[in-house]
Amino acid sequence: MTMNIKLRIWRQANAQAEGKLVEYQLNDVSANMSFLEMMDVLNEQLISKGEAPVAFDHDCREGICGTCSMYINGRAHGPQKLSTTCQLYMRNFTDGETITIEPFRAKGFPVLKDLCVDRSAFDRIIAAGGYISASTGQAQDANAIPVEKAAADSAMDAAACIGCGACVAACKNASAMLFVSAKVSHLALLPQGHPERKKRALAMVAQMDAEGFGSCTNTYACEAECPKGISVANIARLNREFLNASLISEEMPK
Amino acid sequence: MALDSKIPAGDLQQKWEDYKNHVKLVNPSNKRKLEIIVVGTGLAGSSAAATLAELGYKVKAFCYQDSPRRAHSIAAQGGINAAKNYKNDGDSVYRLFYDTIKGGDFRAREANVYRLAEVSVNIIDQCVAQGVPFAREYGGLLDNRSFGGAQVSRTFYARGQTGQQLLIGAYQALERQIGLGNVQMYSRHEMLDVVTIDGKARGIIARDLVTGKLERHFGHAVLLCTGGYGNVFFLSTNAMGCNVTAAWKAYKRGAYFGNPCYTQIHPTCIPVSGEYQSKLTLMSESLRNDGRVWVPKTQEDAKAIREGRKKPTDIAEDARDYYLERKYPSYGNLAPRDISSRAAKEACDDGRGVGESGLAVYLDFADAIKRLGKHVIEERYGNLFDMYSHITAEDPYSVPMRIYPAVHYTMGGLWVDYDLMTTVPGLYALGEANFSDHGANRLGASALMQGLADGYFVIPYTIGAYLSGEIFTKAIPTDHPAFVEAENHVQTTLNNLLSIQGTKSVDQYHKELGKIMWDYCGMARTAEGLTKARDMVRKLRAEFWQNVRVTGKADELNQDLEKAQRVADFMELGELMIVDALERNESCGGHFRVEFQEEGEAKRNDDTYAYVAAWEFKGIENNPVMHKEELKFEEVKLATRSYK
Repeated sequence: MTMNIKLRIWRQANAQAEGKLVEYQLNDVSANMSFLEMMDVLNEQLISKGEAPVAFDHDCREGICGTCSMYINGRAHGPQKLSTTCQLYMRNFTDGETITIEPFRAKGFPVLKDLCVDRSAFDRIIAAGGYISASTGQAQDANAIPVEKAAADSAMDAAACIGCGACVAACKNASAMLFVSAKVSHLALLPQGHPERKKRALAMVAQMDAEGFGSCTNTYACEAECPKGISVANIARLNREFLNASLISEEMPK
Repeated sequence: MALDSKIPAGDLQQKWEDYKNHVKLVNPSNKRKLEIIVVGTGLAGSSAAATLAELGYKVKAFCYQDSPRRAHSIAAQGGINAAKNYKNDGDSVYRLFYDTIKGGDFRAREANVYRLAEVSVNIIDQCVAQGVPFAREYGGLLDNRSFGGAQVSRTFYARGQTGQQLLIGAYQALERQIGLGNVQMYSRHEMLDVVTIDGKARGIIARDLVTGKLERHFGHAVLLCTGGYGNVFFLSTNAMGCNVTAAWKAYKRGAYFGNPCYTQIHPTCIPVSGEYQSKLTLMSESLRNDGRVWVPKTQEDAKAIREGRKKPTDIAEDARDYYLERKYPSYGNLAPRDISSRAAKEACDDGRGVGESGLAVYLDFADAIKRLGKHVIEERYGNLFDMYSHITAEDPYSVPMRIYPAVHYTMGGLWVDYDLMTTVPGLYALGEANFSDHGANRLGASALMQGLADGYFVIPYTIGAYLSGEIFTKAIPTDHPAFVEAENHVQTTLNNLLSIQGTKSVDQYHKELGKIMWDYCGMARTAEGLTKARDMVRKLRAEFWQNVRVTGKADELNQDLEKAQRVADFMELGELMIVDALERNESCGGHFRVEFQEEGEAKRNDDTYAYVAAWEFKGIENNPVMHKEELKFEEVKLATRSYK
């Protein structure tokens, strides 16, 4: 089955340039194409006409690297629940449909070109404290500390975050709380993460604020759009961790 | 130059221990003065960069992705092997070593593989300490499962996202060092050349992919952790950006390329659906723990399925051919990858393939769901089943999965010695980028093991052997003529690509190259086909440089240009793979030459071909020169590799 679609795509030459939505008509799109394969077809057509193809971030195309990042018809990663853009297939759209594609928009994610944004703020938040300090060679036997299965499973649920930034893009405040809370939860739920949990919560939240992400006002848009189903329960846990750390810790974030 | 693998003397079991006891050390104050460049931030690169920084070296790390966390190690699904013997099922370091050597069809270096098996246990400890949430049993201890080519359960896993969790562990260790100022990170940077001075690697030329600006970076040593080259086939399970460029530039600067023809075709991938297909998606080997592979016994039934007249569930039990269980009863559905892939191809060539194209076989979970219940299958493989249904719009809980082999991993890579150093002093290759540990076929759950072994536990020791001799070398200013020459060379290549302004896109050429490679240098190879393919690749390459159309400019974010220079390198690599495949007149592991088989199984020739082919670059229009590293098997007896 094939369809004809109209695309409205955000084009912006570079970070400094003004951007605008540009319309393209694309015909004979197979329903079995992935959304990014549809973009490939469009780009091939643009190249054949000597026009600049649309720049967009993508890599693994199997929903795990977190690189792809489009805002499709007003939704991060498009209309399909629990899926990244690369796992979205054209069978989710209809013949004759107009599809609007924009970059993730947030103060913390400046546009680099067309649909590519700079998400390095997430790396800096992890560098601020999103780790367990276990230098290579220091580890004891892996089975020396049993971890309750339920805790390990919950830690894994939180650790499934792919760092794509859909939570930020979906949030009207461009808050990064779901991303930060997933990492704080992953590490706080495991006994290995306990020695640094106070310092970690304080430092990551401080860096999140410094990067210009907004506050959380509990709209849950982040959870609704998260391709990996990261729960807002993690945000509640982050708030507890942060409060606890703020009250008790002698270490204050710089 | 004669190859020196620098394998330490002594008993196999003692080599690594003795090596560590005697290798030269670099004292902390000298480490601070030594700069190391790490290219690539997958499991090998991230773990190496983090560990070397912890030791006190000054590290610069580079990746083409927008974050080091996105490297393609992240997509590894099933697990990581380690000889922990937590299951008390008879596993040991020796058995992991033996399985890996045998799995590699006796074409790997014993000493390296033994070391790999030894450090495998440390990897699990390290990862758990970092907070990698491996699967656990109710008692709180770590769970294991089985993988292909093994009769024990030694695979540790984190749902179907083991690579993701291991990479995030290494990434967090790396970010910690970045935060501490010990690593300088260059994301969205692509290495486009190695700089050598007086025969030693002294730095790289990298392109800032946002501004397009070329940069010169000095290092006392350069580590290439840049993964494999499966994308030479265009369609593969690799990420779209995976490329051979770093390894290829190193080859052209004097590093030998080892066993380029050894390609792993993974048996369980989602089949191709159309011309627009951009990549293939793997379904983890772990699924073969519970899934059964089959095709109809008769061509008639297969035809009826292809034409939509019958459904797989219409085929009665005794009309199904569970061909892996039939042909390899002792390993069954967990036969190694090369063997399972060839068996799938045979079934389809025999007219018994399913799916619209006839290029698919079934992977069926009905029995396991009946035995264990749907919830158990969901817990074990839920994310894989979701992925499958997103792509195919079919429900694998009720309809068997359709799968077909696809290019997945390349065992070949830069030739390295026991220290992981290439033939260029100071230039190292780690992880999939080197050739070293998997011989002619890699076993499942061994890539993650090797990447982390190299990065966490091998290079931190072996690099001392070289850097201890470099403590008096001051940082070389990057206005040195060698840096200028390398940068000019890169600039010229990019300008050339942009100036051709032909009529065909980069992707069109990439697809054509991929088809040649798949048809003639894929699952079944012949001397005749390879000879023809070499000519075809040469012609295609010449046409590419006459007629490719690359849009945009060099000094901007230009994904078309990025792709073009990667494909330009694939065009050259493809020929080397073919040359290597032609030269190896035997079948072993992932290299199956139709002329060399016995009762349908690969026929090795140990008398003539028990060596590593290490190729030396002699100019792109000239024949490369092969150097042989004879493989000496002191511990293992060469045997026919049987999984029957």
